[in-house]
Amino acid sequence: MLRIRPIATASPSIAPRPPAAARDRRPLYGRGLRTLSLATVAAMVLALALVFFYAPLEAEQGFLQKIFYVHVPFAIVALCGFVLGGVLAIVHLRTRDPRWDMRSYVVIHMSLIFAVGTLITGSIWAKGSWGHWWVWSEPTLVSFLIIFLLYATYQPLRFAIEDPERQARYASVFAITAGAFVPLNYVAVNMATAYVHPRVFSNTSNLPGSMALTFLVSLLAMTLLFATLCKYELTAKHARMQLRALRRRLTEEADTPARRPRSAAPSHEPPRRTAADFQTSTATAARPIEGTRA
Amino acid sequence: MNAVTDRPHPPPAGSGAAAPRRGSQPPGFARTVAALLRKELLVELRTLESVPGMSLFAVTVFVIFHFALNRTGVSGDEAAGILWVTLLLAAMLGVNRLFVADAEEGGFDGFLLAPCDRSALLVAKALALFSYLVVLELVAVPAFALLLLEPSLGPALPDLPGVLLLGDLGIALIGTLVAALAVRTRARDLLGPLLALPLLVPIVIGGARASAPLLVLTHQTAPALRWPLALALYDLIFGLIAYAVFDFLLED
Repeated sequence: MLRIRPIATASPSIAPRPPAAARDRRPLYGRGLRTLSLATVAAMVLALALVFFYAPLEAEQGFLQKIFYVHVPFAIVALCGFVLGGVLAIVHLRTRDPRWDMRSYVVIHMSLIFAVGTLITGSIWAKGSWGHWWVWSEPTLVSFLIIFLLYATYQPLRFAIEDPERQARYASVFAITAGAFVPLNYVAVNMATAYVHPRVFSNTSNLPGSMALTFLVSLLAMTLLFATLCKYELTAKHARMQLRALRRRLTEEADTPARRPRSAAPSHEPPRRTAADFQTSTATAARPIEGTRA
Repeated sequence: MNAVTDRPHPPPAGSGAAAPRRGSQPPGFARTVAALLRKELLVELRTLESVPGMSLFAVTVFVIFHFALNRTGVSGDEAAGILWVTLLLAAMLGVNRLFVADAEEGGFDGFLLAPCDRSALLVAKALALFSYLVVLELVAVPAFALLLLEPSLGPALPDLPGVLLLGDLGIALIGTLVAALAVRTRARDLLGPLLALPLLVPIVIGGARASAPLLVLTHQTAPALRWPLALALYDLIFGLIAYAVFDFLLED
């Protein structure tokens, strides 16, 4: 598999590099995907088995309470994903390596999907418990709605900027701001919510042992699912990019600039190759110009 | 820190230099902010493109609220809510206009060429937006008291400006950051409010909860300290975040 080496590679190698042929055969993002997928399936099967056959029925709400084992892991994983997206964006801004922007994009994208899952399962729980599809008195649901509305603008923002480098930079700034906003928003909504309804989801510290175990296994399964889906998406995007680059090399001269249609997804395709690209050292290309930024 | 602004020290005074070399040292942060702020306010005074529109918008929205709610007087939570929603939406108008002149007339390029700290633009624009919001409130709050507010505004006056100023600070900081993000995109007028409004929800929460006990018929004591404190903390945190990320928006 031919590997197009991007110009802005910023990864130093400590070990002696394997010969070129072997290096090109290693996939960049697909390593360990099968193991991760199998672990995810095993964890989810175990979690579901525990939820339905091991965890006791809760006294107040009965069977409906079991949605807690899906809703809360969705919420926790989504929140952590949003904050992780902000952290990856910080790394992107510091290293200017577009791969970090790709990872930040995928993580935020996946967390948004998990946030929608949180809202849906939360609505189902609210309907079952209190008869309304939406309740303002549950701070988790309310803060998730606000966060969903905020992150739903992430892809339109990316789509509205055509230059890929600027798109990545602006998206990283947004991801950092929004990632910092997530915990602040949760605190603010908690302060604002009147404690009318009993909040089952607030503290998990007084759970009996069997419920706590089930909850932890569910949380683990949800985290593994998140990681697997992110890895799948990164692998698929990378493979598609390589395919596109190969196709371009086969059909056109390498000098003509790549014209990709406007898209919200980041791409770390290498820029146009110049004579300097064919020299050996790529180390100097990755650093920003000396003296312009601290 | 920044190699561009680091310069060798000027010669000590009285060393025999014939005339003071004014242009050798780049301006300090405060002077840059002052110069930028003066430019902003001058442009606004000459073109009057933001503040009259925002004020008129606020008064119009009060009229719409009267017809929409079918009420002649509101107090308490409703009054606080209407006031803050109107201020927020009028602020969105100001946010949309904030960087448009710079983007269209090459102001960004000119600023990037100048040897000064880029965060000065954030501070100057935020201060400018803050002053627009203060002028807006000088028009909108009396209009609100005249049109829709049932209790008199007098007893609320010692505490209400403080709450409004804290909220204005937060709106100014977040609005400036979002305006800089949105201005050089294709859908700038749409993206600005869409990005800003979720980020401003805690400001609305803090501001409305703090103002509601001030706008009631039987005026009680000052609002609980937690809400202004929460507002101030949110302003501080977002100020720091905006200061940290703003530079990355200006590179080009």
